[in-house]
Amino acid sequence: MTNYREIAWQGLWKNNPGLVQLLGLCPLLAVTATITNALGLGIATMLVLIGSNILVSLVRDYVPKEIRIPVFVMIIAALVTTVQLLINAYAYGLYVSLGIFLPLIVTNCIIIGRAEAFASRNNAFSAAFDGLMMGLGFTLVLTVLGATREILSQGTLFEGADLLLGPWATSLTIHLWQVDTPFLLAMLPPGAFIIMGLLIALKNVIDKKLKERQPEVATEPSVTRARITKVS
Amino acid sequence: MAFKIASSPHVTHNLHTSTVMQRVILCLLPGIVLQCAFFGWGTLIQVLLAIIVALSCEAMIMRLRQRNIKASLSDNSAMLTAILIGVAIPPLAPWWMIVMGAAFAIIIVKHLYGGLGHNLFNPAMAAYVLLLVSFPLQMTTWIAPSSVALNSPSVIDSLQIIFNIGAHIDINQFRLGIDGTTMATPLDTLKTDLSMGLTSTESMTKTIFDGSTGVGWFWVNLAYLAGGLVLLKLKAIRWHISTGVLLGLFVASSIGFLLSPDTQASPVLHLFSGATMLAAFFIATDPVTAATSPRGRIIFGALIGVLVYIIRTKGGYPDAFAFAVLLANLCAPFIDYYVRPRAYGHSAG
Repeated sequence: MTNYREIAWQGLWKNNPGLVQLLGLCPLLAVTATITNALGLGIATMLVLIGSNILVSLVRDYVPKEIRIPVFVMIIAALVTTVQLLINAYAYGLYVSLGIFLPLIVTNCIIIGRAEAFASRNNAFSAAFDGLMMGLGFTLVLTVLGATREILSQGTLFEGADLLLGPWATSLTIHLWQVDTPFLLAMLPPGAFIIMGLLIALKNVIDKKLKERQPEVATEPSVTRARITKVS
Repeated sequence: MAFKIASSPHVTHNLHTSTVMQRVILCLLPGIVLQCAFFGWGTLIQVLLAIIVALSCEAMIMRLRQRNIKASLSDNSAMLTAILIGVAIPPLAPWWMIVMGAAFAIIIVKHLYGGLGHNLFNPAMAAYVLLLVSFPLQMTTWIAPSSVALNSPSVIDSLQIIFNIGAHIDINQFRLGIDGTTMATPLDTLKTDLSMGLTSTESMTKTIFDGSTGVGWFWVNLAYLAGGLVLLKLKAIRWHISTGVLLGLFVASSIGFLLSPDTQASPVLHLFSGATMLAAFFIATDPVTAATSPRGRIIFGALIGVLVYIIRTKGGYPDAFAFAVLLANLCAPFIDYYVRPRAYGHSAG
């Protein structure tokens, strides 16, 4: 019943949380000014997502339907607190630069959405895999967005990578070109919205090209999945 | 005897988009000439550069969209957008700024929203805001008007500064007034002085001011006012929006000035400084992004006028028309919803 390839395809591309479901837009747009922040938040979200999916899947038979949402939220909140404390302890610079958006992972709709739509209906292994793939899909979008914004605004990549990975990572910073006047718009939220819109457009173009190349009708997957359209 | 039968409208006039745009561009000319007279050849270079970039972008996008390239280039709307950006940005701003602005206006603001007639925002002003928000330093570096400047840039100087070629010329030498102080625009000077504790009367004694208005800027505004009045006469624009803008700005600034004359610019300075006349007649009157009913247009204009006053006095930037126009663009559908003209045969409301 569980099709791992299908789950991966859904998480990474077809039902990508960032590009298709448009969930978690608030952190997506707010912290992606640099690739380091984007990666940091993406990985934190992914960890929480995997953990919450596993736990929700394990307790799904013992939680009464009526109070499932509060229970899920408690589980997610506990995990976010754990991740927050870990980042505070081991990557303090990143903790400071992510700021409020780290605890705000609790309210990220992807996590509660996956718990409700997938983990509460499937076993722990496939739930964990779904969490990994959805988290990866989200992290990928964050990274691409962060890289684009960082290149456009400062002409660098991995600026401040030492905040995430430790002091050795300062050498990771790549200076693509010297910018006398930073392109502030790419750093500011409007730039994030514009680039995000262009990314979604790019995905649609690719989908269209793929569809043109494969005219034969693909068979519908036997498991139809609930798609969450709530916007966070 | 056969009668010719045709469906309505029975009264037509041959005022096409390209004709209207052409008239607007022609009426801009006196203002552009005076701007060149006071601020050197930079303005003209910026306008030409903007036109080249805007038309190429328009052609490229039309090719991508598989539409008629020639028709869209000859409707003059891209050229008008380019000219408006060109006159709005500082004359000696580096070339890549105007290129970025014109490309952004045409590609993102105009065509990604569906092209001519579908854009939500005024393309020229959206591009101006993009540049102002991204490069605040360059966008507020205006040179001194030639009549009170220590040095004025020649054509060669302007070209060298804009394209950053040849010997490095310091732009700051053209910002010096005859008294040796660095000059900013009148609105900028007043804003800085007020923040340093001077009264507006004290600030107005500086060289950049000439009596009650700014040197040069007064004449540039007057030229745009004249061009705007010709536009009204030609019926290329209607009077509602322009009147609304000027009235809104005048009333708001008069109230402010009467309440606190020492910390406020006079209404005359507000009306004849910065982009007031250019925006009131040429920018806010863009039929695509404005409200549609006559009453709605007066409200739309007045909203811009009041917003300009508020942002000029309370905001961080010296001039405010770009922001005010964009905010009013956002309100236009809302205004249209509540201000519907009474349909014939129906009661009001």
